Amino acid sequence: MRWIEAAAALGIAAGAAGWAQSPPAQNPPAPQLPQAPGVPSVPSPTPPQVQPPRFVVVVDAAHGGADTGAQIGNGVLEKEITLGMAGRLRSTLRARGIEVVTTRTGDVNLAPADRAETANHAQGAACLTIHATATGSGVHLFTSSLTPTANTRFMPWGTAQSAYVTQSLKLESEIDSALAHAAIPVSLGRASVEPMDSMTCPEVAVEIAPLVGGHVTSAKPVTDVSYQKQVVDAVAAALEQWRSDWRQ
Amino acid sequence: MISQFQKYLFFIMLVACVTMAAFLIRLRNRAQDRLQAQAMSAPSEMAETARSAPQTVTLYVPNDLDDSLTAVEKSISLPADRNAQARVILENLVEAYRAPESTHPMNVASGIVDVYFLAVPQGKDETGGGGQMAVIDLSGALAQAQPSGIEPETLTLLSMMATLHANLPAVTQVHFLVDGQPRETLAGHADLTRTYLAAEQTSVQRGAPGAGGL
Repeated sequence: MRWIEAAAALGIAAGAAGWAQSPPAQNPPAPQLPQAPGVPSVPSPTPPQVQPPRFVVVVDAAHGGADTGAQIGNGVLEKEITLGMAGRLRSTLRARGIEVVTTRTGDVNLAPADRAETANHAQGAACLTIHATATGSGVHLFTSSLTPTANTRFMPWGTAQSAYVTQSLKLESEIDSALAHAAIPVSLGRASVEPMDSMTCPEVAVEIAPLVGGHVTSAKPVTDVSYQKQVVDAVAAALEQWRSDWRQ
Repeated sequence: MISQFQKYLFFIMLVACVTMAAFLIRLRNRAQDRLQAQAMSAPSEMAETARSAPQTVTLYVPNDLDDSLTAVEKSISLPADRNAQARVILENLVEAYRAPESTHPMNVASGIVDVYFLAVPQGKDETGGGGQMAVIDLSGALAQAQPSGIEPETLTLLSMMATLHANLPAVTQVHFLVDGQPRETLAGHADLTRTYLAAEQTSVQRGAPGAGGL
């Protein structure tokens, strides 16, 4: 296998090399030394402006093209629902001043490695993969089933997410709280789903399922636009909260 | 005119024929007895598939609505062969999917082609011990009938792994095939290319609005 650093210098994609490069750590500003007494004061050079880290959200609409995903009902395909929801989420986040990168904006079939490369290149502060299913109730949130490991500069491509599992669980918790606040039933789980395990960012798969009627909820299909908007608004609120929490 | 000598010769040959016939009949009977005795001592195919008295097995039945696995005990007769035991236990689980009141509905007649066991070398198993890897060969019909989605597909895999580990604790790892062939996903989501650890799948929590999960 090649090293990703050499691959990057040559402009070769990380996934092809079999390694994922972790985003560089933010260096803290150099400490100011106390000035000796009696020394005339000179105007200190202007400290370099420390740019706050970019807060980028990567939105991955699952499936596309020949990969239609699940049959949701009445001829609606999962790839259509995920693309629609990803577009709505992108608009909502941009309206809140959050930078968004999407893996696909049309009906194209992307390889899992391509999706992970887009997310890793964007150095996302949060990565969300949107799915839809016809079974279950409410929203299912999944994080990688990999065992958490320490972050290193070079991570094996297939298990790069292992260094981000702890952060992914925190992000999942933020989304869980926001959805619960919106009275949407949530279930949490760990799963092994491509391209999640190759992503070097806090990553959560958000799977929207029909809403089964209960004492606080009324039955709604996945295709219900108002239900989708409710989910998107809750996820956007969670990401806004994550913007202030993600560096902690 | 028949001579006296020819008469004696005829009788001698007749007696010899009768004696040889009796000897051959006796040899035939002895050979038959020996074959029957061998057949009685060797286990026949019927004996291999013969089932013992009913035993209680634990099936982890999934529930799509709350993402939980519920332990259900069932009394079934198991074959003596271990591979066949695993297959019968998993077929009973698939039968639970098929039941009219199923919480994880799947319309499939037969879901398990076979189950094989491989020894896990010491030190290569993340659980610490050697244990065994179960290779579950799912039928194409089950993959076809499997509802697509991360949650339903993951629940199917988890329920099979938890059921197998509960009844055959030596199983520490599980790998899935479909019709004897490797496959990328079960129905578009759950990864079938990796080997799963069976032991960690038994810690199943109940999902609920706002908390819980698989």
